[in-house]
Amino acid sequence: MATEFHNLQELRRSASLANKVFIQRDYSEGTACRFQTKFPSELESRIERTLFEDTVKTLNTFYAEAEKIGGQSYLEGCLACATAYLIFLCMETRYEKVLKKIAKYIQEQNEKIYAPRGLLITDPIERGMRVIEVSIYEDRGSSGSSSGSSSVSGSTAR
Amino acid sequence: MKNCEYQQIDPRALSVSPLSAQIHTEKKEQRPRRKWEVFPGKNRFFCDGRLILSRHSGVLPLTLGLIVVTCGLFFAFDCPFLVKHLTVFIPVIGGALFVFVVISLLRTSFTDPGILPRATLDEAADLERQIDSSGSSTYRPPPRTKEILINQQMVKLKYCFTCKMFRPPRTSHCSLCDNCVERFDHHCPWVGNCVGKRNYRFFYSFIISLSFLTSFIFGCVIAHITLRSQAGKSLVQAIQESPASVVELVICFFSIWSILGLSGFHTYLVASNLTTNEDIKGSWSGKRGAEESGNPYSYNNIITNCCVTLCGPLPPSLIDRRGFVPPDEVVPAASTASQMELPHFSTKNDVNMCTQSTKDVLERMINSGSQTLCSPGPPKTTPLVQGLPSTAALSPEPPPSAGCSGPLGRRPTDSRCPLFSRSSEKESLHSINPAFRLASPSPSVTRTAKTLGGAADVSFMPLQPGSVGDEAP
Repeated sequence: MATEFHNLQELRRSASLANKVFIQRDYSEGTACRFQTKFPSELESRIERTLFEDTVKTLNTFYAEAEKIGGQSYLEGCLACATAYLIFLCMETRYEKVLKKIAKYIQEQNEKIYAPRGLLITDPIERGMRVIEVSIYEDRGSSGSSSGSSSVSGSTAR
Repeated sequence: MKNCEYQQIDPRALSVSPLSAQIHTEKKEQRPRRKWEVFPGKNRFFCDGRLILSRHSGVLPLTLGLIVVTCGLFFAFDCPFLVKHLTVFIPVIGGALFVFVVISLLRTSFTDPGILPRATLDEAADLERQIDSSGSSTYRPPPRTKEILINQQMVKLKYCFTCKMFRPPRTSHCSLCDNCVERFDHHCPWVGNCVGKRNYRFFYSFIISLSFLTSFIFGCVIAHITLRSQAGKSLVQAIQESPASVVELVICFFSIWSILGLSGFHTYLVASNLTTNEDIKGSWSGKRGAEESGNPYSYNNIITNCCVTLCGPLPPSLIDRRGFVPPDEVVPAASTASQMELPHFSTKNDVNMCTQSTKDVLERMINSGSQTLCSPGPPKTTPLVQGLPSTAALSPEPPPSAGCSGPLGRRPTDSRCPLFSRSSEKESLHSINPAFRLASPSPSVTRTAKTLGGAADVSFMPLQPGSVGDEAP
């Protein structure tokens, strides 16, 4: 884990940020969190279409799981209401559990798939769940700037 | 797209040069700062960012005071008599209701209502590019709305100039808190916070329990006075024996109607999965054409609607108040610091927009040093431009055709203004002092300033990607 993490840091340091692609939300089925699965043309030369679409679809299923309305969420809600919402102070909601899972998944995908291709995904929670931000890195040399990591470094601070 | 207004300028604005703003933050840079400290909205934070409240929350103590005083009087003067003559359960029920009401109220007030963080510079620039490419070539900028289909119904998303994004469905910008709030219901001065996606359930439980509490106290006080007057005394005598009951009676009598009405109204809203905002605007009431029928978010079932609104999964707070501001973001910190020094700039969205974009230019300038610099528009007011070459400063040539910053010049461009590219950093800083720019009343100037902000957003991106990281936490 520690060494893999090092790789990500390495990528941020050794390459410069060339561009960013934003995957917008898909509101066609309501306000639940879903992202568009349309493949952005900017990534065409970088990554296989299926790989990227798989990631977005997996993320969407994660969010759907987090926002699923059913017995468990009702139970959680009623329990919280009965305790005057004090239970939220000591209990982790299912949403938070799934968010942790998502953070882990993104980290894993970044290490396995995206970092070797010079890409990095930012956890949507860092961007207000509005977008999936994909940063495209280029080998150093074309540009001398080295501080291009600021936008992604936030993901490690969590 | 109004131009920046003249009276918005504060004398302090003139004294704050971007340089001093940066020095200011560099001094502060010693300890890591949490994101709530640089939060751009008009909120107050307590307990190191754990609690959030609107800056205008003066009525909250009044609400709390009314509840506490009324209940205090009830427990002190009515309960002893009622326990003796009726049952011990009266103070028990009253106490439980009181605790529930106060906890719900505090929970509503101190919870993040569902604030959406502002777009990062990159995201805003990306949107700007999309708007530009989709916009027609007419002179007027296209209206910034986006139409999307939600459950087969057309919904318009408006662009938020403060948050620099298209507001997601059901989101609205609260002018008092200066934040976009998801599933915005209303800004409630009584609880001193916006009511939105994350605290609506607390708010609802607050008003429901409060209506129960008020009715309960009202009934008990009437029972108290009736029992006293039945014991062989007149009504006047009974009142004289327990004057506190009259105070409670008056408070309850005046508040009970509004609270009951509010509870009923919100019960209707919950059952139909609407927000107060949507109800007032009549968004789905069919007034705006026959094809727009009904609320696209409703589950068409009263029970499901109630459960979803009140017992659905509680979404997380998106603003990460307690997170640390990444240490390498010196420049965004500078911009927010100057924003905090100049709170009056954020009073108006349009004004805010102008300062934002000029700030963007400034930031990139400070970073790129004397690399390259585009003309900030036609300098119609000259006092601060004296340091510049006079041909550049006083040239009346309008910029739309100047190559580097036309109204349509937001797309990335390689052309640079030759006159300005050699000027020293200090001079250029002076030339684009935001206060100076704002002071010029001409709409064309501010307009080019705006578009230039956009231009800089895009065209400088490849040069200094890091410096434009994320401005808003």
